[in-house]
Amino acid sequence: MTMKASITGVGMSQIGRRTERPAMAHLVEAAKRALDCAGLTRADIDGIATYPGKADNSPGMSPLGTGEVRNALGLKTRWHSAVPDGPSQMAPIMVAAMAVATGQARHVLCFRALTESSSQTATQRASIPGSGKPRIGGWLSHLVPANAMSASNWAGWMATRYFHEFGMTREHLGMVATGERAFAQMNPLAVMQSPLTMDDYLQARMISSPLGLFDCDVPIDGACVVIVSAADAAKDCAREPLVIEAMGAALGSQETWDQRADLTTMGAHDASADMWQRTDMKPGDVDVLALYDGFSIFVPYWLEALGFCGHGEAKDFIAEGNIGPGGRFPVNTGGGQLSGGRLHGFGLLHEACIQLWGDGGERQVADARTAVCGMGGGFIAGSMLLRRD
Amino acid sequence: MRPLPELTPENRAFWTGGAEDKLMIAFCKDCTAVIHPPQLVCPKCWSEAIDSRAVSGTGTVYSFTINHQPWAPDMKVPFALAVVDVDDAPGVRVTAEVVNADPESIAIGQRMRITFLNVENVWLPQWEPAS
Repeated sequence: MTMKASITGVGMSQIGRRTERPAMAHLVEAAKRALDCAGLTRADIDGIATYPGKADNSPGMSPLGTGEVRNALGLKTRWHSAVPDGPSQMAPIMVAAMAVATGQARHVLCFRALTESSSQTATQRASIPGSGKPRIGGWLSHLVPANAMSASNWAGWMATRYFHEFGMTREHLGMVATGERAFAQMNPLAVMQSPLTMDDYLQARMISSPLGLFDCDVPIDGACVVIVSAADAAKDCAREPLVIEAMGAALGSQETWDQRADLTTMGAHDASADMWQRTDMKPGDVDVLALYDGFSIFVPYWLEALGFCGHGEAKDFIAEGNIGPGGRFPVNTGGGQLSGGRLHGFGLLHEACIQLWGDGGERQVADARTAVCGMGGGFIAGSMLLRRD
Repeated sequence: MRPLPELTPENRAFWTGGAEDKLMIAFCKDCTAVIHPPQLVCPKCWSEAIDSRAVSGTGTVYSFTINHQPWAPDMKVPFALAVVDVDDAPGVRVTAEVVNADPESIAIGQRMRITFLNVENVWLPQWEPAS
């Protein structure tokens, strides 16, 4: 089954660290590039969607909501949505696909903007949810008060268990990190451009064992825009539409980071299984992979979740050279979030689209026609299969 | 200072049991399901007859991580966080800071027992080695 929705344009601002540029400046730059990419004008945009919407619970995590962006860009819309509580950072893309498939809009501008780099200070770090709040509720109340404040802690105990069960070592995660850096060095948009060797990786300071500095993605300032169009409207765009072949958003366990019976799996496994039930395509049909790498350990989880290898086999799959430059299943060809910066999944999807349009320059995967994108870590996940006909 | 959990009708027993040195876990009186995090309704049978009971307060380390990064200005590092399978409550894990032990000594399978840190009206569970 194919959804009647396609991606027709993508755009990214000049990603940077401590840019001191307002989030909206990044957003406008990304929006202009996405419209140029799609061959559309502002008047064509009749929908807008984002994740999570304007939020101030973590510094710089989401400075812009749909309202401000509508105001700034002078948009008149027939559909708008901000999704804090959906299938991961992919939620707005999925909502947009449903909006165009049901006729609520024809071209939806989906965006993600972050200023986490500029927002960090000596006493205030990015990505510490609930920081500075006296009382905390929901699933976070079982983590943050225990001093498990950072997602690196939560991913850290997942990795410890995975290492224990399957014999993975830091070198395997080092291959993920150095492979993505090698891709980043072929991508002018990637924020980390210096070489990263296995020695550099292994010698870096520990953050939350077994995850070290280079297992963690990079907080940045920047924005990314993805335009989702209805099937008939997509035909008028500048590029071949990237058809959304299937999406998966299933969740099978509680909204927690510690109660899932088997923490060597995560929400990605539920969402991926659901996605493959909606298509005749198979993992072997995929040319390019865009897998959430907020922490390096999520990459082997996603590889297994999506069925590129069996449970516990990712370490060998990685060591055999499948996912780096020149591999059969290249992962995060733009450098991922580890080397490209934390755009919360949008940067990964941006790169998958670039590859499918053949615009990957030095890092282009030959004749890439099908891409899979998986976003999210822990209990939350969304996955999407894209194809160029 | 670390943020504290909001006390609600369903979680009050869990967060205050430490006042009597008890690890309180929610159970369904009708179908006997163990419910964690605590809920007002049983997710298995939708019964509203939920009861919190003291369990032995021991458990086995399912996984752990050693945190080295000071995420808050007053955070002392390194320390271990342990995800512990709780005895007498099948499927329930309590994740908490490890105290009274060298962080580097923590291992999967290690036996732990609960202790509590009282801050305001909350007793935060902490794990220490059982022997």
